[in-house]
Amino acid sequence: MSSSSRIIATDVAIVGGGIVGASAALALRRKGVDVLLLEHDLCGARASGVNYGGVRRQGRPLSQLPLAQRAHQIWADLPALIGTDGEYLRSGHFKIARSQADLQALESYQALSRDFDLGLELLSGASLRQRCPWLGSHALGGSLCPQDGQANPRLVSPALARAAQRAGARIHERTPLDEVLHDGRQFLLRSGRHLQVRAPVLLNCAGAWAGALAAQFGEAVPLRSGHPAMAVTEPLPMFLPWSLGVEGGSIYCRQAARGNLVLGGGSGLALDAERARSQRSAIAALAVQAIELLPALRNAHFIRTWSGTEGYLPDHQPVLCQSRRRPGLIHGFGFSGAGFQLGPAVGEVLAELACDGRSSTPIEAFAIERFAAHIPT
Amino acid sequence: MTSTTPLQAVIVGAGPAGIRAAQTLAAHGLRPVLIDEAARGGGQVYRRPPAHFQRPPRALYGSQAARATALHRTLDGLQAQIDYQSDSLVWNAEGGQLDLLHGPTQTTRTLRYGPLIVASGATDRVLPVPGWTLPGVYTLGAAQVALKFQGCAIGRNVVLMGTGPLLYLVACQYARCAGTRVAAVLDTARRADQLAAVPALLAEPAILARGLHCVAWLRAHGVPIHRGIRPVRVQGDARVSAVVWSDGAQQHRLACDAIGLGHGLRSETQLADLLDCRFVWSPAEHAHLPAHDAAGRSSVPGVYLAGDGAGIMGADAAECAGERAALALLADHGRAVDGARARQLERRLGQLRRVGQALARAFPLPADWAAQAPDALLLCRCENITAGQLRACARETGADEMNRLKALTRIGMGRCQGRICALAGAEILAQATGRPVEQVGRLRGQAPIKPIPLHLQTQQVADGTDAAAPPRDE
Repeated sequence: MSSSSRIIATDVAIVGGGIVGASAALALRRKGVDVLLLEHDLCGARASGVNYGGVRRQGRPLSQLPLAQRAHQIWADLPALIGTDGEYLRSGHFKIARSQADLQALESYQALSRDFDLGLELLSGASLRQRCPWLGSHALGGSLCPQDGQANPRLVSPALARAAQRAGARIHERTPLDEVLHDGRQFLLRSGRHLQVRAPVLLNCAGAWAGALAAQFGEAVPLRSGHPAMAVTEPLPMFLPWSLGVEGGSIYCRQAARGNLVLGGGSGLALDAERARSQRSAIAALAVQAIELLPALRNAHFIRTWSGTEGYLPDHQPVLCQSRRRPGLIHGFGFSGAGFQLGPAVGEVLAELACDGRSSTPIEAFAIERFAAHIPT
Repeated sequence: MTSTTPLQAVIVGAGPAGIRAAQTLAAHGLRPVLIDEAARGGGQVYRRPPAHFQRPPRALYGSQAARATALHRTLDGLQAQIDYQSDSLVWNAEGGQLDLLHGPTQTTRTLRYGPLIVASGATDRVLPVPGWTLPGVYTLGAAQVALKFQGCAIGRNVVLMGTGPLLYLVACQYARCAGTRVAAVLDTARRADQLAAVPALLAEPAILARGLHCVAWLRAHGVPIHRGIRPVRVQGDARVSAVVWSDGAQQHRLACDAIGLGHGLRSETQLADLLDCRFVWSPAEHAHLPAHDAAGRSSVPGVYLAGDGAGIMGADAAECAGERAALALLADHGRAVDGARARQLERRLGQLRRVGQALARAFPLPADWAAQAPDALLLCRCENITAGQLRACARETGADEMNRLKALTRIGMGRCQGRICALAGAEILAQATGRPVEQVGRLRGQAPIKPIPLHLQTQQVADGTDAAAPPRDE
C-alpha cells in the first residue's frame, strides 16, 4: 500500500483550512496559481466555524483598519465569491458604553478612525432610548457603525473552502500534517504514509496550531490557545437590529435571522488540544450580563452552548508576513479571536505575498519580528 | 482508600436502575444523593401519577404492577438513608460537579460528586413519517405516559404504529382503556422476524409469554394487527384524521384521531457524553453508546453506567444493572461486597442482554426507511429540516459526518439538541452518502442537556467571571 505514496508537486502549499487558509487558496486560484491545502480536520471546523460571526471594523486597532476595509469590500460581494450569502447582513454594529469614560473612549475612537470612512454615529440620552427601547438601563450610549454586521461562520468558512476547491484548489481534509522539511529549495510536507507534497511556497494558516511550524523554522512566538464561550437562545421574535459589542469588553450578542440570539463572552474550557466547551461560570456570566443589557432576555432559554480553539498573541494582533528565516514560508495566524471579518482580505494578502513578495495593504504592524525576544538568535 | 472515607456517591435518575443502585449503596452504609428530573421516582416505565391520583397499580402497570409497587416502596423506604432530590434536571457536568436546575424554584446550583452512577434512561426512537408533526401524533412512550401519569388517552380511535415490544404493550393498555378503541396495530417488522426470534426468547419464557399473551388478547378483542407494513403518511388538517399505510402490494387508509408512533427506544446519552465517556458503536442496538464493562464501569474512572441509558435492555435488566454498578462502585472504593451476588447479577444481565438482542431481531428497524423517506419528509421539527435538505447538503457540500451536517443544515440545533431527530438524520446521511450509519458518527453532546432559563439564580457569577478574558466581540 505504501508504494502508492507519490509526491504531489504544487506551487503553494497551505496548512490550515480555516477562513484564512481557504481564502488564501481561493485568492491564489483566482491568480491562476496551483495550490494544495492540508486541513487536519474539516475546513472551517475550528475557530473559523464556531466563532460569534461578527463582521466588524469598529473597535479594531487602527493598524488593522486598512485590512478590515479591504475585507469589507470582499464581504460586499461574498455571494458571488462563494456561492452562498452565508447569512451575511450589514445590520450595523453597535458598541455600547456603560460609563462616561466608555463614551469618551468611543468618541476618541471616532476621531482617530476618521480617515477610514466607518461612518460612526454616536448615540446617547433621549435618542438612544428612542432608537433602542430594548436596551437595559446599564447602557448610557454607544457608537453605531451602520455598515458593519454579522454572518454565520458555520456556513461562510466551509463555503470558502468549497469555493476554492471549485476554483481548482486541491483540498485534503482529515489530513494532519505530520512532518515538514525543507531541502534548500522546496518544502516537503508529509501526512501519514501516503501523502507527500512538494512546494516552493508554504502558507502557515494553522490558527492555534501554527506555533509549531513557525518554531520549527526558527520563529517561535508566544501563541496561546483561547476558547470563546458561546451560547444561543431559543428563537425569539425579532427585536435586535444590530450586532452588539460592549466598550471595554463583556458580552457580545446578535440576533440571527431565525430569531435565536447568539451570545459570546468570557472563556470556555479546553478539554484537550482539540476540543473545548463553554464552562458553567461563563454561561452564568453570559446570562447575567445579557439580561442587564437586554432585559427582554430574562425569560428566554439557552438551548445550546459551545466553544472552539483560537490562537491568541499577547498584543492581540496577528502575525501576517513573510518568514524572515525561511524564504518561501509565509505566516498568517494569531488573529486573537478577531479574524473572521479579516479572513477574506488576509487570504488576498497572503496570495500577494506568495506571488509578488509584497502586499498592497499595509501590514507592517503584523511582522513576526515584534516577538524577536522569543526568536533565538 | 479505607472503608471510613466518606463517599459522596451521586446517582442520576430515579428509575429502576437508579433506585436499586441507591438501595445497594445505602445498604452498605453510604448516603448517596439520588437526583431525578421527575417529581416522583419510578422512571418512565414505572412512572407514578401525582400523589392525589387514585388509580390502582394494576390499572397503571398491568402485569408489571408488583414490580412497580416494589420499586416505589423501596424508594419510599429509603427516604431516611439517602439524599433524594426530585424535580432536578442535570443540565451540565464539569470539573467534578453537576449543574442542577430545580424546576419548581427555577434555581440552578452545582453538586460535587465523587463516584457517579448515570442511570439516565431512554426516550422513544422515532423514524418520522410524512405528517408525523400533526397534532394527535404521539410517541408510543408518550402515549403510555399519558395513561400512567394522568390517566388519559391520546384519543378515542387510536392507531399504534412502528415496531418494538412497546407497540404491543401500549396497544393492550389502550385497548383496555374505557372509551378508547385501538383501530389497528401496524408493525413494520415482519412475522418472519418475530418467528425467527422465538428460539432465543424461549430462554426467557416469562417475557415470551407476556408478549404472546398480549398479541392473543388483542386478537381476541378484535384489534387488527398488520405486520410488515410501511407507513405512507399521516393525514389530517388541524389534527390527525387517518393513516395511510402499505402492505407492499397496496395502500390502505384507516381513519383514526390519534397515533402512537415509535421504533423502540434510544438511550439518553448526553450526560455520559458531557462526562467525556468513550462511545462505541453497538450493532445490536444500531446506536453509538457509552462503553462499559459487565459491571457498568465506563471509560472514565468513577463514572458508572446503568439501565437503558447505557443500552436498551428494559426495566428488569435496569434493576440488575443498577445494583451491579453500585457493587462495582463500592468495591472500587474499598468496601466489602458480596462477590457471589455480583456474579449472579452479571449472569442475569448476560441472559437479559441475549433476550434484548433477540427482541431487536424480532422488531428490527425497517432497513429501507431512509431509502423510502421522501425528500419532503420533515425530520427536525425544531428547525424545520427535511430529508431532502439533508440529502442536498451531502450532495452539494460533501458533508459525510453528523456534526458537519448539523453545522450546515441546523439539524439538531433546536431545543431538542438532536434527541428526536439525530438518529433519523444519521440514517438519511448514511443513505445519501452510501456509507454504513456507524461511520457518519453522532452529534457531540453540548450543555445544556435541556434548555435552561437565562434568569437562573446563581452564586457562580461572583467568583466565576473570567477577568483575564480578553475584550473581544467576534
